[in-house]
Amino acid sequence: MRGTRRKQEGRWAWRLTGFVTVCVYIFMFAPIVATVVLSFNASMFGGFPMTGFSLQWYSKLMTNEAVLAAFRTSLWIALVTAAVTTAIGVVTAFALVRFEFPGKQALSTLVILPALVPETILGVGLLVLIKAIDQPRTMLLLVLGHILLAVPYVVLITQARMVGIRRVYEEAALSLGASRLSSFREITLPLLIPAVVGGALLAFTISFDNTSASLFWRPAGVETMPTQILSMLKISISPEINALGTVMILVTVGIPLLGGLILQSLTRLKRRGEPKEEMK
Amino acid sequence: MPDSQNLTEAPRPETAGVAKAGAARPAPVGAEANSPAVEFRNIDIAYGKFVAVRDFSLSIRKGSFVTLLGPSGCGKTTILRSIAGLVDISGGQIMIGGQRVDDVPIYRRNIGLVFQSYALFPHKTVFDNVAFGLKYRNVPKPEIKRRVGKALEMVRLPGSEKKLPSQLSGGQQQRIALARAIVFEPQVLLLDEPLSALDANMREEMRVEIKKIQKETGITAIFVTHDQEEALSMSDRIVVMNAGSAEQIGTPEEVYERPATAFVADFLGKANMLAGTVSVSGQGTATMVLATGQTINVACPRPLAQASNVTVVVRPQKLSVGAAASANRLSGRVVSASYLGGSAIYEVDIGGRTNIRANASISGRVLREGEVIDLGFDPEGCVLLDESGRRIS
Repeated sequence: MRGTRRKQEGRWAWRLTGFVTVCVYIFMFAPIVATVVLSFNASMFGGFPMTGFSLQWYSKLMTNEAVLAAFRTSLWIALVTAAVTTAIGVVTAFALVRFEFPGKQALSTLVILPALVPETILGVGLLVLIKAIDQPRTMLLLVLGHILLAVPYVVLITQARMVGIRRVYEEAALSLGASRLSSFREITLPLLIPAVVGGALLAFTISFDNTSASLFWRPAGVETMPTQILSMLKISISPEINALGTVMILVTVGIPLLGGLILQSLTRLKRRGEPKEEMK
Repeated sequence: MPDSQNLTEAPRPETAGVAKAGAARPAPVGAEANSPAVEFRNIDIAYGKFVAVRDFSLSIRKGSFVTLLGPSGCGKTTILRSIAGLVDISGGQIMIGGQRVDDVPIYRRNIGLVFQSYALFPHKTVFDNVAFGLKYRNVPKPEIKRRVGKALEMVRLPGSEKKLPSQLSGGQQQRIALARAIVFEPQVLLLDEPLSALDANMREEMRVEIKKIQKETGITAIFVTHDQEEALSMSDRIVVMNAGSAEQIGTPEEVYERPATAFVADFLGKANMLAGTVSVSGQGTATMVLATGQTINVACPRPLAQASNVTVVVRPQKLSVGAAASANRLSGRVVSASYLGGSAIYEVDIGGRTNIRANASISGRVLREGEVIDLGFDPEGCVLLDESGRRIS
């Protein structure tokens, strides 16, 4: 008898767990689903109920010069941020993992620090600094700020991979006659590639998504996608914003996914080049 | 994709520069032909306060196979890495082919290095791995192809060019690593415990293989191991290392038969050490009383002071058992017996602090635990050590 009761209890525990899990997922994804669904709504009010299917908000977006400009700005900033941050990340991780030098501990903490400090504080801080040395807010400042925000994550990713690359590979390359630079280029970097790609994608997403710090740093008259959405929201909740949000989701989720798929297929292609043989 | 580095492309400017610099270092010719392949002159190596190698000197003849043998932490790997330039020496000189290499960076030293963990580049094919050293020496493409093919034949893995290291077994990977290290005909081949990652069967096979390839190519090889069997079977000369310096340098027979110190006697083959005092010492022989009470006669190269403390070193194989034990009879009880087919190993308690090990061929039956056993050894079949643990000569 007790056995069946315990079984009953177990069943209820499972049901409860399942219920909570479903709730959490709804909470996480409902806003995203709502945004995407409503972007196809024919009604001119950005909410339920749906009155019909329409692509008019997307076509409206395509003709909205302000939105297109913001999209281009964000894309460029994100690309430059990804490129520069990845370069910095690889070099920093290499130095932190392969060399012993005084102040190494301090440096590795300092590099991570921007990820720990609240973004608003960083935003204000950089702004105050710029004011103090009497410099205008420029695009360069905005890009530098994004780099600052993304570097910690990229360093962490590349560092983790770097630790896994054993030093003997580099020693072997050196003993065979490759200079330090050649051994880095031919051995270390190729082995580091997954982290490089991953870091670049993450940096891109961090930059493309960033709102609060960008609000502080952007030059007058320049909007990034997130700040553009914010300023549009101030006027009204137009369904156009839903369409814009859907595009944002597509870019920030799609690009890392695409990158991952490309990486995977590249490694698979390499494997397929030579059938795996069982050998003694 | 950056990791599918194609070897058929022309060397890039900076790599070509390196290759030229490497090629500019001439192989020793003429007058230098008589100089040793590698020479250490009183080198010291220290990591901060820890001295890993102390006042180490060694001269290695061209074409010879020298083994650095010792327990872990004795400095043998450090010495090997110092030849490669992976470790900086803090004193003394290292010469390769008669030239000082103290300030020559590793990539210009022209040495072949084989690691314990193979260290094949995982993202490169077997061909690209083996061709790596040739590429940096400005060897033309058809020549690279020919020499890689030849090297792969030498390690008995022809046709494996297109495979990736992950598709090879441990033994095969180590063969490729060997091919990669010898294909550009380095002045010295350095082997850092290349067999210890392999399983027992493979290890024995590779031992023979490495030795064969070394003989065929006539390359000077320096081999690091903690395995005495490997050292004894492969080497022309063995350097027994302990705590950062050489205890003994000699042929395998010399270090085994005539250990210079107690450490060498113990490390190579776990010799029996019998403590005793000299009672009578004459021309060529000495009579001594062991701490366990027995009186024995031993060959002795010089007269010894009466009552001086001496240790007699006897190999387990030099002890005969039972009726064959004629000279220097020691009686005791069998503590344990291991039957090995052709022979048996007995641990015998003769009353001392440590048991005596005897490895004797079996005549009659194998004695069991607790039985009385007679051991004996020839007066010539032992080595005497003085109080400080050095061989009396």
